[in-house]
Amino acid sequence: MDKITGSEALMRALKNEGVDTIFGYPGGAIMPVYNALYDYTRGENKAFEHILVRHEQAATHAAEGYARVSGKVGVTLVTSGPGVMNTITGIADAMMDSTPIVVIAGQVGVNVLGTDAFQEVDLVGVSQPISKWSYQIRRPEDVAWAVSRAFYIASSGRPGPVVLDFAKNAQTGMCEYEPVKVDFIRSYIPYPDLNMDAVKAAAELINNAKKPIALVGQGVELGNAQEELKAFLEKADIPAGRTLMGLSALPSNHPLNMGMLGMHGSYSVNHKEQECDVLIAIGMRFSDRVTGDISRYAKQAKVIHLDIDPSEIDKNVKTTVAVVADCKVSLPALTEAVNEADHTEWKESFQPLRQEEIEHVITPATKPTSGPLLMGEVAHDVAKATNSESILVTDVGQNQLMSARYFKYHKSRSIVTSGGMGTMGYGLPAAMGACYGAPERTVCCFMGDGGLQMSIQEFGTIMENRIPVKMVLLNNNYLGNVRQWQDMFFGKRRSFTPMCNPDFKGIAEAYNISYRSVEEREDLADAIQEMLNTDGPFLLECAIKPDANVEPMTAPGMAVDEMMLNVEC
Amino acid sequence: MEENKLYTIQVFTENIVGILNQITAVFTRRQINIESLNVSPSSIKGVHKYTITAYSTEETMNKVVKQIEKKIDVVKAHYYLNDDLFLVEVALFKLSTPLVMAHPEISRAIRHANARITEVNETFCIVALEGTTEHILDLFYEINKVKDCILQFTRSGRIAVTRSCQEEVSRFLHERGEEI
Repeated sequence: MDKITGSEALMRALKNEGVDTIFGYPGGAIMPVYNALYDYTRGENKAFEHILVRHEQAATHAAEGYARVSGKVGVTLVTSGPGVMNTITGIADAMMDSTPIVVIAGQVGVNVLGTDAFQEVDLVGVSQPISKWSYQIRRPEDVAWAVSRAFYIASSGRPGPVVLDFAKNAQTGMCEYEPVKVDFIRSYIPYPDLNMDAVKAAAELINNAKKPIALVGQGVELGNAQEELKAFLEKADIPAGRTLMGLSALPSNHPLNMGMLGMHGSYSVNHKEQECDVLIAIGMRFSDRVTGDISRYAKQAKVIHLDIDPSEIDKNVKTTVAVVADCKVSLPALTEAVNEADHTEWKESFQPLRQEEIEHVITPATKPTSGPLLMGEVAHDVAKATNSESILVTDVGQNQLMSARYFKYHKSRSIVTSGGMGTMGYGLPAAMGACYGAPERTVCCFMGDGGLQMSIQEFGTIMENRIPVKMVLLNNNYLGNVRQWQDMFFGKRRSFTPMCNPDFKGIAEAYNISYRSVEEREDLADAIQEMLNTDGPFLLECAIKPDANVEPMTAPGMAVDEMMLNVEC
Repeated sequence: MEENKLYTIQVFTENIVGILNQITAVFTRRQINIESLNVSPSSIKGVHKYTITAYSTEETMNKVVKQIEKKIDVVKAHYYLNDDLFLVEVALFKLSTPLVMAHPEISRAIRHANARITEVNETFCIVALEGTTEHILDLFYEINKVKDCILQFTRSGRIAVTRSCQEEVSRFLHERGEEI
């Protein structure tokens, strides 16, 4: 058999895994790989699209965005030392949000490992606690196996980030190459067997429930079980709340959707969690942002927890019945075992609270008649203009919470946001990745003035590749969410939250990105249409009311039913 | 609040570099102090066994064990109380020979504890003792009544086997075995 370099073996192994897009940035210790990549990104043998980002952190966020909308594994390629250290935030972000990415980084040769060689860092040591698997490839012969194992681990079971630390001697060394397909690791059980006794016990609780409520998480989308979820909820007639990460797992217009969970979620669902008799958590992890004061969370309820990850059971909330399996399998089994039910009265009891929220929060936020523009109305109007079929990518902060609240999700895999890590600067690169992961869909990226500037260098990537991301800058000249908390809990001492901002129009023009700003309400609809009708990237800057707050809100340390409709500062 | 007890955690892993780090990180994140740690091959080829002791509650142990098991190359993890195990520790004492000679109660204590004297010269003698932590500490405190007699002292981590017939992991590996 002919011998090839480890770098060439990497190319073949990536092709073998069906990779079509790589987000990366070259550097010294990964040059042999970039040399091999040259032939795979052009001409007849073109196999990959390589997107040259402007900072490595953006490469991981772009890979996350790609993975989240496509369901495939996102791939990042960077150099050693500072290159891969810049990806650490993205790796941790992907771990928290169960996003399948593979980060391939150069490393110094094994003969100098441990000598503080130029751009050497103990990558496996650094990344192990924040990745699903981290492995150093020391020999070219291991490339095929390690790459296949990496993709298998990243994408199976509860997905997550995998790191491959690729020593330079393994990149240049010669080896024979045979395609490898890893689909079994004896110490790793990605899909636990469904326990039918647990299903029966869960079904009995549900069949006896008078006031059941379902909490829908991203696990439903990761398991592609959106239809199975609907069938289950509809048969047992169970109203459902969705986590921030699970917003598009159940369409916004589904009659059983009662709104978002959590600190800034729906007023009715937050109250009803404290009143329900059976709480059915599906592919969600009881984040503190969902539960509020956990010692007072849903104490009256029997808790059924469906999750693929055994370590989530009893981690935060004590479970009455745990159903540990892929929800693609457990939901149909549960649907089969439950009785048809009618909970009309219980569902209707959500309505008065819902009406209160509409009157005091939703209508003022989405249909104001005077004063400066509000984030809620922009999100609401963009969603409407795209028939609720576009993908929402958010940055972090008020822009995230308000756009997540007021967007509508009629299609699956329609929200890309940094839920667990809350990574500012995530939005723009994640939106670039989403454009590659779902090229047929419109990608709308909502950002604040703070978050945009954490990744603003990616305007270069967008310019070079004409990435058609529709960027909505909600500019209130504040780090708004922190400003809101300062006003509420720190005596209005606005410590380093006012922002001195640049001329975003000038920056957009310098990068040849179409731009429009809106200050007046009557121009908003037209500006949104212009953004959507323009081919290629577009930056729509909206001048947002500087001191508006995200409402409703459960203050930290409060129980979910102590949620305030309107916040007082 | 559940009371803290001494738990013994046994972890079976593949023989791969870097697993110790991953296991101890789970304890560190939860601010649990590891009392003792022993790593050795198990009776199954290629499978390593970690024996860790720590004070904690059963609820926390449950979570810790599941989070350890979640690591890709960890095969299985369990936690036990002392009664579930046959367990032992080893201690080595280096004592001053002149002080041992001058204080006959030390020799009596060594005999009483069933410890072995493995080396003697004019300057020092080496005493080896295996037993429970309490057993070892009893002898330590007894000898330490004589000031400066203990020149050096070391205790191994706990090692233990369970009351189940084979390694706890055997059945699991057998079930997975057809596909190995």
